[in-house]
Amino acid sequence: MVEFALPKNSKITGGKTWPKPAGATELREFRVYRWNPDDGKTPSVDTYYVDTHDCGPMVLDGLIWIKNHIDPSLTFRRSCREGVCGSCAMNIDGQNTLACTRSMHDVKDGAVKINPLPHQPVVKDLVPDLTNFYAQYASVEPWLKTTSPTPQKEWRQSHEDREKLDGLYECILCACCSTSCPSYWWNSDRYLGPAALLQANRWVSDSRDEATGERLDNLEDPFRLYRCHTIMNCAKACPKGLNPAEAIAELKLKMVERQI
Amino acid sequence: MSTAGTSKRSMRTPLGRVRNLGAAHSGTSDFWRQRLTAVAMLLLMIPVLVIVMMLLGRNHAGAAQILSSLPVALILLLFIFASAWHMKIGMQVVIEDYVHNEKLKLVSVMLNNFFSVAVALASTYAILKLSSGV
Repeated sequence: MVEFALPKNSKITGGKTWPKPAGATELREFRVYRWNPDDGKTPSVDTYYVDTHDCGPMVLDGLIWIKNHIDPSLTFRRSCREGVCGSCAMNIDGQNTLACTRSMHDVKDGAVKINPLPHQPVVKDLVPDLTNFYAQYASVEPWLKTTSPTPQKEWRQSHEDREKLDGLYECILCACCSTSCPSYWWNSDRYLGPAALLQANRWVSDSRDEATGERLDNLEDPFRLYRCHTIMNCAKACPKGLNPAEAIAELKLKMVERQI
Repeated sequence: MSTAGTSKRSMRTPLGRVRNLGAAHSGTSDFWRQRLTAVAMLLLMIPVLVIVMMLLGRNHAGAAQILSSLPVALILLLFIFASAWHMKIGMQVVIEDYVHNEKLKLVSVMLNNFFSVAVALASTYAILKLSSGV
């Protein structure tokens, strides 16, 4: 059956409160999920105080400040710090989003609470294991597939057809949507999840692609596609403002279209 | 809790695990029928409510008289057919969502089918019996 409670070794126990930095005038409290695979302990939530005068405005700036000034063992992924790479996806104040584009001032009511993306195995602290997520992306074969002889210059596409990819190509695969989806929580072994399905629709919608039917065949499955029950958490979570639920609805429509 | 990334049970590659047994190439007909029966129930709801209100307070003979009309019996039969089918598909989705033990899932889906057919047939029998004046 579905697991509604955390497994025993995942139960969160009290954590360490790190001392407030000396000489700071304006402090912001950060409560951060910690788990180390090597110390044999259950996860905990550590409390840190960030000097907001000495650090940038985003949640990621706060985390980097903690790592540089308080606790170098704090582990998280980050790279571009401007919402392009998708590395710093985490659960901030109860919502999956990118730490680099979420201002700590937008988090109301006291502490900035940070957890790893929900319902994924944790590698360490805020780093989730996204192996399955990436394999699901690979399974939709996200590349142009053609049979016709390759043209001398390029595969041509009209402006109208190119516009059909808007709202799909911008996905950065941060996994905020898939890990916010209850259907994905319960059935991530078989349900592809909103991110992979949005990407699937990106290739199904591409006028240059010649494998549309095969792509739909590969998705037509009670679990791979039809576990989506239009809960819409994906659209709410997406830090790029995309709507995976709509992309999935378009896929379902195409499935019906080719049968009726 | 997904253990896909760290599973120790299998040495299969992540892509192999995702592809698994392949796509079932089905599911669209259930998806379509769920919507079809939903629209049918929506359209039938008002006539069914009118019929139920007409039946209120009548004795057996009065009820049998109303149900002997072909349109009335037809509307009720269609409503039963649509709702039983809708119920069967909806319950199956719930079972597939939450029951992860393969054997239990198989038995649950089977019982769900039996139950839906039994409800539909019992209701059909009752309407046919009344409408034929028995």
